[in-house]
Amino acid sequence: MDRPDTPAIRLTGLKKRYGTGDAAVDALKGVDMTIWPGEVVGLVGPSGSGKTTLLKCLGAVIEPTGGHMELAGETIYDHGWKIPDLRALRRDRIGFVFQAPYLIPFLDVTDNVALLPMLAGKDNAAARRRALELLTALDVAHRARAQVSQLSGGEQQRVAIARSLANHAPIILADEPTAPLDSERALTVIRILNEMAVQYQTAIIVVTHDEKIIPTFKRIYHIRDGKTHEEAGEGRAI
Amino acid sequence: MINLAGRDILHGWGKFLFTGVGLGLLIGATLTMAGVFRGMVDDGQVLIDNSGADLWVVQQGTLGPYAEPSSIRDDVWRGISGMPGVAETGNAAYLTIQMAHAGRETRVMIVGIEVDRPNRPGAPPYLAAGRPILQGHYEAIADEKTGLKLGERVRIRRHDYTVVGLARRMVSSSGDPMIFVPLKDAQEIQFLRDNDALVNERARTAANPAFNRPGVPGLLEAAQGAATQSRNVNTVLVRLTPGADPEAVASEIRRWKRLTAYTRAQMEDILIAKLIATSAKQIGMFLVILAIVTAAIVAFIIYTMTLAKVREIAVLKLIGARNRIIAGMILQQALGLGFIGFLVGRVSAGLWGPAFPKYVLLLPADAIAGFVIVMAICALASLFAIRAALAIDPAEAIGG
Repeated sequence: MDRPDTPAIRLTGLKKRYGTGDAAVDALKGVDMTIWPGEVVGLVGPSGSGKTTLLKCLGAVIEPTGGHMELAGETIYDHGWKIPDLRALRRDRIGFVFQAPYLIPFLDVTDNVALLPMLAGKDNAAARRRALELLTALDVAHRARAQVSQLSGGEQQRVAIARSLANHAPIILADEPTAPLDSERALTVIRILNEMAVQYQTAIIVVTHDEKIIPTFKRIYHIRDGKTHEEAGEGRAI
Repeated sequence: MINLAGRDILHGWGKFLFTGVGLGLLIGATLTMAGVFRGMVDDGQVLIDNSGADLWVVQQGTLGPYAEPSSIRDDVWRGISGMPGVAETGNAAYLTIQMAHAGRETRVMIVGIEVDRPNRPGAPPYLAAGRPILQGHYEAIADEKTGLKLGERVRIRRHDYTVVGLARRMVSSSGDPMIFVPLKDAQEIQFLRDNDALVNERARTAANPAFNRPGVPGLLEAAQGAATQSRNVNTVLVRLTPGADPEAVASEIRRWKRLTAYTRAQMEDILIAKLIATSAKQIGMFLVILAIVTAAIVAFIIYTMTLAKVREIAVLKLIGARNRIIAGMILQQALGLGFIGFLVGRVSAGLWGPAFPKYVLLLPADAIAGFVIVMAICALASLFAIRAALAIDPAEAIGG
């Protein structure tokens, strides 16, 4: 498949410093990264290397202290946020999948997924249609009316993936999404992420330590001491 | 948009309901306190209304007959009856006693009324059962709250009285039920001394040379006779002719009879503003404290409920939920808790109110005011939780 002209994410010299003066810590020391739509990229590195900081910067949860960040060709950070409404940015253009699914326990499966389009202003019926479409694609439509507590760990993670896709976000940030799962389920989640990336042309960054899934990535960014370097992955078929 | 507050409540409805019930019992206690105050005001009001009087003529310089002792001669009414604007008068004597009957003690107000014709001022305006007092002695009309039955005989001081009629909601300003007896009997109950005291008094009078003078036959007997009977009452109740100005008649009585006369408005002021002023302040203090306690409890409950949802709120913020959605969720839950609490409180106050020894009057207007106050307290109390929720960092959802 031809590569699109515009990358989903482009980071140039992205920096993040915590604290000031002698207590300052440079968590990111100039990260460069380019990820294309439809791509699933691994982000690996030891604890304290800056993975979560990078994820938070990408998710517009914390503000970088330097560099440049583009989402789908639009500059969102260039030595300062260029987008006034970061919540709307997160809601409409960034999907999140966490280590634990963090579904809203008082909503059923459908509404957990439909909540995002509703927050974006879609009417309830349209939001629920979108939720059912995604739940069907992720093979959990049969649990659509179930409560979150009635789902298995794997099912919950699929629902979380469905939620991240609900607003057609061009990028999804997945933070250790397979950590609580056994090998089989972990590989299933990665397979689903790959399928969704292709189907919805979404760029997905998977932060992981999981040796089982690292060989499945075609590209991997290693992060160490706040700097990244890219290498080709095995791209092993699942 | 999904109602997040409603879904959260439905998800943990048991916990929410029991919390609401607990809060409701506290609100019920608060409403009951307000009802006790209203009952006190109403007791004073029915005392005024049931007397059937437009003016109360009492001893000069007193706040009688209910708030202070008042003693006037029982023939004062003759002079008042002839005054312009006066339609009818009635002597009345009031005395609160502890009555023992059927193995239990009841505090009652004995009311002496003139029984020569019905509907004299002072007599009960209507009877729930039985008939008016027809005989000059030893018949009584009792309020239902005394527990007395028709035909029953009850001992008051030295004599037995037959209950010939039952009245309803005839109470003193303290809420004590009334027993109406003929005026002469009430005067005896109120003013006459016991036999030993009379014997002693006679001896003292006989030993007094001023009363036991040689050459003045009958003086000693007259003096001793005066000590055995009472000619005093507490008040003369005056009913005015239609169109008469109460204040004008009252000032005429004050001017010419050297007595104090109160109009209905002045008597309401005495009974409600003066007599129960301290109790009202006491209850007011309780209400303020209970309102503060309720606010503190609601704030604590909502705050705790919010802190239990830190992760969910962080996720909501991370996925782009606006602050107003999160604040709205907390506010709606606080109001929901207040609503359940108010319903439970109103129902429980209605259930346990009648069991109170004093009249508890739960007015719809008070209930509406209570509802508004409860909702306002809940809204205010939720501010702490909203503040805490808005301070939650969406990054907490990511961890690290």
